[in-house]
Amino acid sequence: MTGCAKRCKQGIIKFALSLHKLVTGTLSKDKADDDLEVTMVCHRPEGLDKLEAQTNFSKRELQVLYRGFKNECPSGIVNEETFKQIYSQFFPHGDASTYAHFLFNAFDSAHTGSIKFEDFVTALSILLRGTITEKLQWTFNLYDINRDGYINKEEMTDIVRAIYDMMGKFTYPVLKTDAPKQHVDAFFRKMDKNRDGVVTLDEFILSCQEDENIMRSLQLFENVI
Amino acid sequence: EEGGFKSSLPTLESVQVFSFIFLQTWKNTLDRYPETLLGSSEKEFFYNEDTQEFFFDRDPEMFRHILNFYRTGKLHYPRHECIQAFDEELAFYGIVPEIIGDCCMEEYRDRKKENQERLAEDTEANEGMDAPLPPNSTSRERLWRAFENPHTSTMALVFYYVTGFFIAVSVIANVVETVPCRPPKGSVKDLPCGEKYQLAFFCMDTACVLIFTFEYLMRLFAAPSRCKFMRSVMSVIDVVAIMPYYIGLVMPENEDVSGAFVTLRVFRVFRIFKFSRHSQGLRILGYTLKSCASELGFLLFSLTMAIIIFATVMFYAEKGTKGSTFTSIPASFWYTIVTMTTLGYGDMVPNTIAGKIFGSICSLSGVLVIALPVPVIVSNFSRIYHQNQRADKMRAQQKVRMARIRMAKKGTVNAFLQYKEDRSLGDRDGDSTALCIKNRSAFEHQHHHLLHCLEKTTNHEFSNEMNYSELCMTESVGFRTSRSTSLSSQQGAQNNSTGCCPRRARRRAAMRLANSTVSVSRGSVQELDTLHVKTTCIPPQTRSSLNAQTCNLKLNCGEQDYTAAIISIPTPPANTPDESLPPSPAPIPGILRNTRATAYTHDTVKISSL
Repeated sequence: MTGCAKRCKQGIIKFALSLHKLVTGTLSKDKADDDLEVTMVCHRPEGLDKLEAQTNFSKRELQVLYRGFKNECPSGIVNEETFKQIYSQFFPHGDASTYAHFLFNAFDSAHTGSIKFEDFVTALSILLRGTITEKLQWTFNLYDINRDGYINKEEMTDIVRAIYDMMGKFTYPVLKTDAPKQHVDAFFRKMDKNRDGVVTLDEFILSCQEDENIMRSLQLFENVI
Repeated sequence: EEGGFKSSLPTLESVQVFSFIFLQTWKNTLDRYPETLLGSSEKEFFYNEDTQEFFFDRDPEMFRHILNFYRTGKLHYPRHECIQAFDEELAFYGIVPEIIGDCCMEEYRDRKKENQERLAEDTEANEGMDAPLPPNSTSRERLWRAFENPHTSTMALVFYYVTGFFIAVSVIANVVETVPCRPPKGSVKDLPCGEKYQLAFFCMDTACVLIFTFEYLMRLFAAPSRCKFMRSVMSVIDVVAIMPYYIGLVMPENEDVSGAFVTLRVFRVFRIFKFSRHSQGLRILGYTLKSCASELGFLLFSLTMAIIIFATVMFYAEKGTKGSTFTSIPASFWYTIVTMTTLGYGDMVPNTIAGKIFGSICSLSGVLVIALPVPVIVSNFSRIYHQNQRADKMRAQQKVRMARIRMAKKGTVNAFLQYKEDRSLGDRDGDSTALCIKNRSAFEHQHHHLLHCLEKTTNHEFSNEMNYSELCMTESVGFRTSRSTSLSSQQGAQNNSTGCCPRRARRRAAMRLANSTVSVSRGSVQELDTLHVKTTCIPPQTRSSLNAQTCNLKLNCGEQDYTAAIISIPTPPANTPDESLPPSPAPIPGILRNTRATAYTHDTVKISSL
């Protein structure tokens, strides 16, 4: 009731104000142009030397990375919307927004809501130039959506469904609706060693190191840049 | 110390024409603004060690303005530049727009606001009602959409036109029933048609009201937010249009209330406002009036003041004269209004000299007061009208744009599918196709690798829209030709021989069946191209089966052997489209390789499985 009464009062006040404006004939602009001042958030990264020390990239590589980064996002930070847009360009047939959301959270380790160049370069440094353990740890963090140290079935199902969404509709053979579920079951059969329903970091790393395919695909990152 | 800045250089790929602007400035100039890109350490990222220069791959024309800012301390906004490009450059160089000088700030703000509004309108139009419905929408949502945007389905369109017709009928009936008709036999007085053909008009009115009621109830049911719907203007108009009828039904034939009932009948004319759903012009008029509310209010207020002043003056000026029509001040209101709007009916005329003087002042000032707010209203109308024009044009171009976007997306996927083919061939005879693979750019290479990883992860493959629809067809429709039976028998024989990849053989068989039922050639030109490359992979006979990338089914198996091969059936004349015909007007712009396709059909060889 109180909400209704408040709304009524506000309505009456607004009406009285508009009547007053009508009578006195004030020709005021309806849109407030004070909120035109959209604060342009700009971010400057740390110095080149510092970044070179923190990551495994050389100065030249950092320069190339920064130029591409800055060209895409002149303000120096990437928000989630822009990230999703850029990522979706690579999967034209499917819907990459969910997976891009998880990826964005993995990049944005400080949970600030935007990716700065340092976050970007740190993550790339781990993925491209890090040790196997570091890469696997980063991947575990990507899958562990709530960052509690365990991957449970719901988190994995979300991730797998997001991946299947990226395939789009036109696949061969036709995607069945329980394909993600089967995939998740297979994943847990493989990774969950002690069958407790969750996968911890150690189980994950151990299982991945046992699998040849995964090890091989991890090494593919070496010569990307 | 000196720092040199080259504003643009030729890119790595060969560029025939390039502009070369070499700008020099002192380092101190830049250091004055350490929070910008050029003044801070951020420019280290753009330092090229080999040429000992800072290289910024940005627009040189814009950079001129940026550099001027460093030199003079004042940033000016160039009027001929696009506001978005300018904003992006400012963001790139780390300059906040607030420091634009006062001389250009006004223009900058106006342009920016205009641009923002335009973008908002465009996005609104884009994601508007023309977007296809999500597949799992309830019937209520579909109904609402049909009402809001009648062009979505034929049923909605029919309903739309029917209601429009009935609105017109109702309004015309309202008008005609007051026209005097010939009196019936035995009477002298002219009778209005409404009373002569009372039953007919009543039936027509009933029919119209029934339809309007039905429409209103449907809209009420389908509305996503009933409260909001009931408060909207159109809903109020609907209710006002049908209420008089129901009240008239309920009302008894009483002399006292019939007067009030007649008043209610006036509201029937509001049905004409229902046309605003059908007519864009009415809607534009309504929006204009709404947006000019403050101007109209001003007009009203100043008119009221003037009327009161002049009415009082005229009354007292004409008070003395005998037989004056200015009996009271409110009576003089009528004279003032008629004079100020330059109507001049002449039913009230001043007789005294003072009255005539004040009367002339009244008419002169009336012209001024009324003419003042009119340009504002007109400009508002013009703006809204052009906005509507633009929205319509955008909606018309929307289809073309979506088609173009879809084409671009298809192009990417097709490139990937072609890459897969080339790669599979490359495994067998490495040299001829290696060239095709090498011709991809590094970016394409990585992109294809990414798509390939995704395929491997999900254990499904990307396929064309055409293939997908074919497969869906075969799964649902079944097989129409007799050849398919022979195929299925052969398929049975083949099944046991597929050792390592039963999945592959099944897929191939499915594709074969799919292709055999498709009798119209829908071969894409791109597949014809790839066929040209395939020297050892023998295509099956129909051109439509060229769709099936039957030779690249190696992904999930991962091994190099190619045990089960393709069985093709001896070219039957019946199901094959005429090979000499050009492919059906392919929407894909490509080189028509007609001759190659025909060449292939001659080479069709049948290989049996191992």
